[in-house]
Amino acid sequence: MKAITPTQPKQLSRKAILYSLLTFAGLVSLFPFYWMFVMATQPNHVINQTPPALLPGSELVTNFTNVLGTIDFFGAMMNSLIVSVSVTVGSLFLCSLAGFAFAKLQFKGRDALFVLILITMMIPPQLGLIPSYYIISQLGWLSDLKAIIVPGLINAFGIFWMRQYIKEAIPDELIEAARLDGCSNFRIYWNVVTPAILPAFATLGIIVFMNVWNDFLWPLVVLQDQSTHTLQVALRALSDSYNRDYGMILSGTFWATVPLIIVFLLFNKAFISSLTQGAVKS
Amino acid sequence: MVSNSEKYTEKKVKRSMSQEKRNSIAGYLFVSPFFILFAIFGLFPMLFSFYLAFFKWNGLGEMTFNGINNFTIIFNDPIFWKSIYNTVVIGLLGTVPQLIVAFLLAYALNAQALRFKNTFRVAIFMPYVTSIVAVAILFSIIFNSQSFGLVNSILGVFGVDPIVFTQSEWGAKIAIATMIFWRWVGYNTIIYLAGMQSISSDLYEAAKIDGATLSQQLRYITLPMLKPFILFTVFMGTIGSLQIFTEPLIFFGGNLREEGITVVAYLYRDAFENNFFGTASATAIVLFGIIMIFSVLNLLITNRLGRGKARKA
Repeated sequence: MKAITPTQPKQLSRKAILYSLLTFAGLVSLFPFYWMFVMATQPNHVINQTPPALLPGSELVTNFTNVLGTIDFFGAMMNSLIVSVSVTVGSLFLCSLAGFAFAKLQFKGRDALFVLILITMMIPPQLGLIPSYYIISQLGWLSDLKAIIVPGLINAFGIFWMRQYIKEAIPDELIEAARLDGCSNFRIYWNVVTPAILPAFATLGIIVFMNVWNDFLWPLVVLQDQSTHTLQVALRALSDSYNRDYGMILSGTFWATVPLIIVFLLFNKAFISSLTQGAVKS
Repeated sequence: MVSNSEKYTEKKVKRSMSQEKRNSIAGYLFVSPFFILFAIFGLFPMLFSFYLAFFKWNGLGEMTFNGINNFTIIFNDPIFWKSIYNTVVIGLLGTVPQLIVAFLLAYALNAQALRFKNTFRVAIFMPYVTSIVAVAILFSIIFNSQSFGLVNSILGVFGVDPIVFTQSEWGAKIAIATMIFWRWVGYNTIIYLAGMQSISSDLYEAAKIDGATLSQQLRYITLPMLKPFILFTVFMGTIGSLQIFTEPLIFFGGNLREEGITVVAYLYRDAFENNFFGTASATAIVLFGIIMIFSVLNLLITNRLGRGKARKA
């Protein structure tokens, strides 16, 4: 009896601390998004006043029209989409194919090759930046989306991820059975393996898509022609424009962020669990 | 590989041997795209960087051998050292508080009988979904040097004069570190939360029965069990910090000032603005060395902690 009475107010205050901490963190996380929206709706003279506006204004359409006059927003979004979808589809195919080979096929030097792939994950991408740029320019791919797509297909983490998944998810007996039925290895991969690893495709797909969509340094280096800019490079060009029209700049970043947020809110459960799975297992 | 006695056995074995052969052909075929692409876009550029680091080259004309001069040049460049110093300071400012806060948030989110758990989780995680470019643009306006910048106008309420964030030693670093903090804190929270949820509740029950206080539970159960997750985030944070580039480039609007230039930004400017491909490659080699040192250190620490745990048990 003595033990119960003093814990109750203590527990209450603990709860209060808990909720206020989380609410504060949530507000800090969300406020910049809100403020981005507010600025995207304000004319420049309101933005330049002190204190800054905290409520939306009326220039939502004007600011976005100005964005369209400065950069090819939808073109850039299209480029981002083409690049991200191609890299995602292509690397999911290549990673699962290699993952299948490493998990289920016997060949000489298999384990050594796999270790080699794991080692390549430790190389920082900046190390080969300059020669890669040179190779791309020699191939004539500067300002060509191929410059992002083709090198993007190499994904050591993806192979690792797929190998682990296929090893666990598909029993050897299933593959043996398909073999007795006369299936070639590629047919086994296509008709037996791929349908069984759809969750692994989804998880890796989200990770790859996000990484490609948000990549900046490499596209900045190789996509020199404005018509090939991805969204990230185009946004940078927008914020570097000489007349610092903040309403316009934040309108651009706001509308570039909205699709990502919508996708995230729709799939947030899958999103969060896939990223933690991907992260923790690496 | 195949012994003689096996060769002379029946048809059945022969058929399975050809199956073996087919398997290895398919194996090599299926893994070859990675190695072909890696040879062109990974291995060759890497080796070429080591080569290029000893040459003078502007990307177009002749390459002339320069010995270790490229390294001498960058080691004598105060901005190079400044970029290393900035990278470390920004990395520490952005990562250390971030991981501590992430741990607290995960601990709070893991509390029993917490309502709106998913709402909090989604809100805290959302910054991670945005692109770094968008975050950097947004925060460069929040940290705008004029009095109308959000941070400056809040400081103004307390009577502090506007800080020119882009041109002050600590202002630039704090602004860049804040961007990193804001974008990554939710991500690490979710990693820690995943770790905490993997700890069996039996352990806590047993501890409660033994009369352990909350801080004792934290110290003897949560922290040790979370060790692999903490090491993962520290490792990723370190490697990520060493590669900071987008934030300073956007924050300074292309004019990379020495208050906030990082190693990768230094490399980028050398190569793609000044066309000094040789010295930029030398910088890349040094960066590679630093990352390798941190990776090895991290491996050693991980092993040591692992051993310590084994000894205790």
